[in-house]
Amino acid sequence: MSGINDFADIKVEDLNLWYGSNQALQDINIKIPSKSVTALIGPSGCGKSTFLRCINRMNDLIKVCHIEGRVKIDNKNIYDEDVDVVELRKRVGMVFQKPNPFPMSVYDNIAYGPKIHKVSKKDIKGIVDKTLQDSALYGEVSDRLDSSALDLSGGQQQRLCIARTMAVEPEIILFDEPCSALDPISTNKIEDLILKLKEDYTIVIVTHNMQQAARISDYTAFFLMGEIIEFGETNQIFENPEEKRTEDYITGRFG
Amino acid sequence: MFHRKLKEKGIEISLFLAAATTVVVLLFICIFLFRDGYLLFETSSFTGFITGSSWYTASTPPRFGILPLLFGSFLVTAGAIAIAVPLGVAAAIYISELASPKIADLLKPFIEILAGIPSVVYGFFGLVVLVPLIKDIFDIPTGQTALTGSIMLAMMALPTIISISEDAINAVPQALKEGSLALGSTLWQTIYKVTLPAALSGISAAVILGVGRAIGETMTVLMVTGNMAIIPGFPEGFLDPVRTMTATIALEMGEVPKGSPHFHALFAVGSVLFITTFIINMVADKIKRKYKLKEGL
Repeated sequence: MSGINDFADIKVEDLNLWYGSNQALQDINIKIPSKSVTALIGPSGCGKSTFLRCINRMNDLIKVCHIEGRVKIDNKNIYDEDVDVVELRKRVGMVFQKPNPFPMSVYDNIAYGPKIHKVSKKDIKGIVDKTLQDSALYGEVSDRLDSSALDLSGGQQQRLCIARTMAVEPEIILFDEPCSALDPISTNKIEDLILKLKEDYTIVIVTHNMQQAARISDYTAFFLMGEIIEFGETNQIFENPEEKRTEDYITGRFG
Repeated sequence: MFHRKLKEKGIEISLFLAAATTVVVLLFICIFLFRDGYLLFETSSFTGFITGSSWYTASTPPRFGILPLLFGSFLVTAGAIAIAVPLGVAAAIYISELASPKIADLLKPFIEILAGIPSVVYGFFGLVVLVPLIKDIFDIPTGQTALTGSIMLAMMALPTIISISEDAINAVPQALKEGSLALGSTLWQTIYKVTLPAALSGISAAVILGVGRAIGETMTVLMVTGNMAIIPGFPEGFLDPVRTMTATIALEMGEVPKGSPHFHALFAVGSVLFITTFIINMVADKIKRKYKLKEGL
């Protein structure tokens, strides 16, 4: 693991995860650098999404899920007893595979997060404008902030979900295959957005699309059967992988 | 060959007849109900029936004003809904969002059993347990009141409201709830601000079906509401005896001579009841359909 600075926003130590008696993650150790894009790649069912959902404790919702090990953000284990999950999820945002805007207006979708975190009404207006601009959605939806978010196109909906996440001002944003339900043009827009976002946020993205990982990520982790096989700078992983299995996957020999 | 075709055709026709029976039965009910109801207006006026405030069947001439009965039904139903909706929706939220699968599995059969109890048993329970209780609590001459009927009807409407609300809440995509939780909202904020609004049309359908169930219920209300045909006040009328449309028909139908004005008046009341429940069911169906389309189910 060369080329990774010592300071890491997310440090994962000896993470093991079981669904019932079925082990889904095995001895995960990884340091995810801050203000960069880290891609998680690997075949279906390799545990990359499961791992992603460990970082904001979304797996808490699954009753049979059992976790051992530590996930440290700013050197604080988020699985400690005294951690407030609500506070954690405010710091660690998440964008999902399928766009999931709330069945309310475009404005209310973005205002939802600030509202539940007790931001005052007049500040919310500013937040909505700013996040819409930052998510490059403003020009497309500024004249229909009051119409239902469900009327937007799939790509716009996904950018709205990103804007919604940004409105809570997280430090980390997790993307779980954000483009898998989108057409190439929408995908392109989201990728541009992610590249812009890494100036301010630490980004972890699960993707099935190898070209996408190569295009937008600084670091790449290759998952296989619940283990991290290789982790390093994206250039190195794609051009000169140390592991045979990584090379086989990247060149399309399996998966 | 010919024989087999004949047999196939025969089976098809008999199945069609079985299915057609329901339509025919409904048709005949409509015809007889409306025809016999309409015959009332040969001896007394339609406006007198619709706007009349007294139901004196034994006076000369008899007065058949439906308002006391209509308001009686509405009052008892409104009370039942006011009790059953908060309870039912709360129970549905608990079962679908909060309870562990074990507890949910334990609760559901009980709710189903509640739906299966015959209404006369509810009425009996109300008469023996609730009526004296209401009398004591409010210190009134009789415990047979609109409120008593409302409470009993609420119990009876609960299973409908719970199970349909629960379906509606379960139909809200998990992705929406996760989206809300991922923004750092609590489980309760998610339920209140995302899940319930998204399930609202389904819950409204549940409420309206509950209304339909309550307004058409006969035996229980007849046993616990005291059956006094006077226009109830609001809200103090909840502590007075009332008489509903259904109870009136059930009480008086056995005693009237066939073909008399009183006989036709009861049919007219039945027609009003029929039209009311028909509209309620249609509205509930419309809402349910709309929400199924919206959810893409």
